[in-house]
Amino acid sequence: MRFVLDEDQRDFAAALESLLAGADTVGAARAWADGDAGPGLALWKRLADLGVLSLATDATPVEVAIAFEALGRHVVPGPWIESAAYLPVALGREVEGVATVALLPHVPHALDADVADEVYVGSTPVTGVRERLTSVDRTRRLFRVDGVDDAGAVRGAEPSREAFDLAVLACAAELIGAGERVLADSVTYVKQRKQFGREIGSYQAIKHALADVRIALDFARPLVHGAALGEVDASAAKVACGDAAYLAARTGLQVHGAIGYTQEFDLSLWLGRIRALVTAWGTPDFHRGRLLEQLGAR
Amino acid sequence: MDLSLSESELAFQAEAREWLAANVPAEPLPSMDTEAGWKAHQEWEARLAEERWSVVSWPREYSGREASLVEWVVFEEEYYRAGAPGRVSQNGIFLLAPIIFDHGTKEQQDRFLPTMATGEKIWAQCWSEPEAGSDMASLRSTARRDDERGGWVLNGQKTWSSRAAFAHWGFGLFRSDPEAQRHAGLTYFLFPLDADGITVRPIAQLDGEAGFAEVFFEDVFVPDSDVLGAPGDGWRVAMSTAGNERGLSLRSPGRFCAAADRLVDLHRSTQRPPAAAADRVVDAWVKAQAYRLYTWGTVTRLAAGGEMGAAGSVNKVFWSELDIALHETALDLLGPEAEVASPWLDGYTFSLSGPIYAGTNEIQRNIVAERILGLPREVRK
Repeated sequence: MRFVLDEDQRDFAAALESLLAGADTVGAARAWADGDAGPGLALWKRLADLGVLSLATDATPVEVAIAFEALGRHVVPGPWIESAAYLPVALGREVEGVATVALLPHVPHALDADVADEVYVGSTPVTGVRERLTSVDRTRRLFRVDGVDDAGAVRGAEPSREAFDLAVLACAAELIGAGERVLADSVTYVKQRKQFGREIGSYQAIKHALADVRIALDFARPLVHGAALGEVDASAAKVACGDAAYLAARTGLQVHGAIGYTQEFDLSLWLGRIRALVTAWGTPDFHRGRLLEQLGAR
Repeated sequence: MDLSLSESELAFQAEAREWLAANVPAEPLPSMDTEAGWKAHQEWEARLAEERWSVVSWPREYSGREASLVEWVVFEEEYYRAGAPGRVSQNGIFLLAPIIFDHGTKEQQDRFLPTMATGEKIWAQCWSEPEAGSDMASLRSTARRDDERGGWVLNGQKTWSSRAAFAHWGFGLFRSDPEAQRHAGLTYFLFPLDADGITVRPIAQLDGEAGFAEVFFEDVFVPDSDVLGAPGDGWRVAMSTAGNERGLSLRSPGRFCAAADRLVDLHRSTQRPPAAAADRVVDAWVKAQAYRLYTWGTVTRLAAGGEMGAAGSVNKVFWSELDIALHETALDLLGPEAEVASPWLDGYTFSLSGPIYAGTNEIQRNIVAERILGLPREVRK
């Protein structure tokens, strides 16, 4: 019984953190949103060099969770869940370059299909990339793709449950990372912002709201690691992480006040990311339903 | 990372499971806050103690099994899964005993621990006073030095003392230095509740049972041998109790996992459950799992020499709110039958006290905000 990261895992987390903290990931995310993929692809290469694209095939789901928590903390742009979690398992091989996927009903549009070297529907490669859709997360460039017909059916192979579950786990971990970042930035802000002659973080209304975020995140992360070890279903992690990160986002925006409601302020990047990921890779309703079904079948 | 149990832990688990299956009473015992229920619960403690199951984590010389933290959590899981009775000795074995082990003299350990382990003597906590609830450091009950008799004379009033209506001994803080302020000048005392000058007045709780009581002290003499830790050092000594109550020891994950499993069963067997109930059943189950996994993380850190610290407050808010949500969902599933006496209703009523006792959840959130998030401290007078 040792339910904490081991030394190698902590070293991997530290290496990722050090790379991302010094990489102007916010600048890369903003450029990505504006159609300049250059900085994001440079970052993609550095992360690939660190082994992020081979975790799904060569490491354990715990390492995948560690990586995605870091990606979420630094709001890294690009189809990482697709390239580093879903596709390697669905295709049975590591992804070369950048790949993306659409998968009905949970992933109706292909993320960043304009940048991707390969686009799949399920595990079938497709070439027809259609119009771009605007996401609540400006860094998520969504595209309609051929192969997903109007009735919502997918042509090609059945989606892989194992691949989907790893993507769900990655998504949950990314949510935790994003939620942690919003909490940390909110704590910094309320300690420095003064109103009525004192830091707003000294008011109990603000303290209690942020304490609730701390509590929600603390009890969501063990489900990510528990799911990575196969102890609970990835759906449990996704439900709890979605709730916790969304609470972080709502609370973070509220304690920032009007400045938080601007696109210019970096908080906006995480607010958009969290809102998008809450319903990506299976809505909370889908995951709760799946859990209930499993519980009923015990 | 590794969530598997070792061979010896698995053997311990199997032994506990087997013993509980053979010995847990088939029918739930009456409420421990009634005279008959009290007696039945005391007998159950004696039965546990006979085969060293009452205080598994204690040393062998005090009828324990020297169980590790991992084994303790495993035992609690098995205990609640087996539907075993609530622990009438809880305040003593979980809150007071760790302090007696850490701060008590050998003489005190030998005198108090054996009868605590068998349930022969049940302990009640005497923390709150009418004017000292969340603000415990403002307590006013006094201890006056009596050099002639070699001890202290207690005066004042304690309240909301859990189990005090039927318990044999009490423990609590008294102001031994009238000049000292707040946390200073407090001393930790142990006293028999039938001592001269002590009056216990039971208070009916929400459910009508005398689960707690007021305790009045009028010139109650306590010898030096019943002072726990050094005189004047009571706050520091007591805070280790508060950490235990908020944190790991009072609310083991086994309770919530067992209740969540029963909730899933209740949902399944409910003919036409309310549409909104399904999500709440799932959420309760997910949170019970989260609590279990979180606890394994805590256990790993504690076993490596870490301290619970302010994380106990994170823990306390989470389990107390989970406990209420879980029981509210069960009552909603029971529909119009929910108001009729049942184990779910008992559990619900009990769960309502969770966010209040052991430091209200508002106090816990202050602690989380100030000590974990590092937000500015509340201005305190």
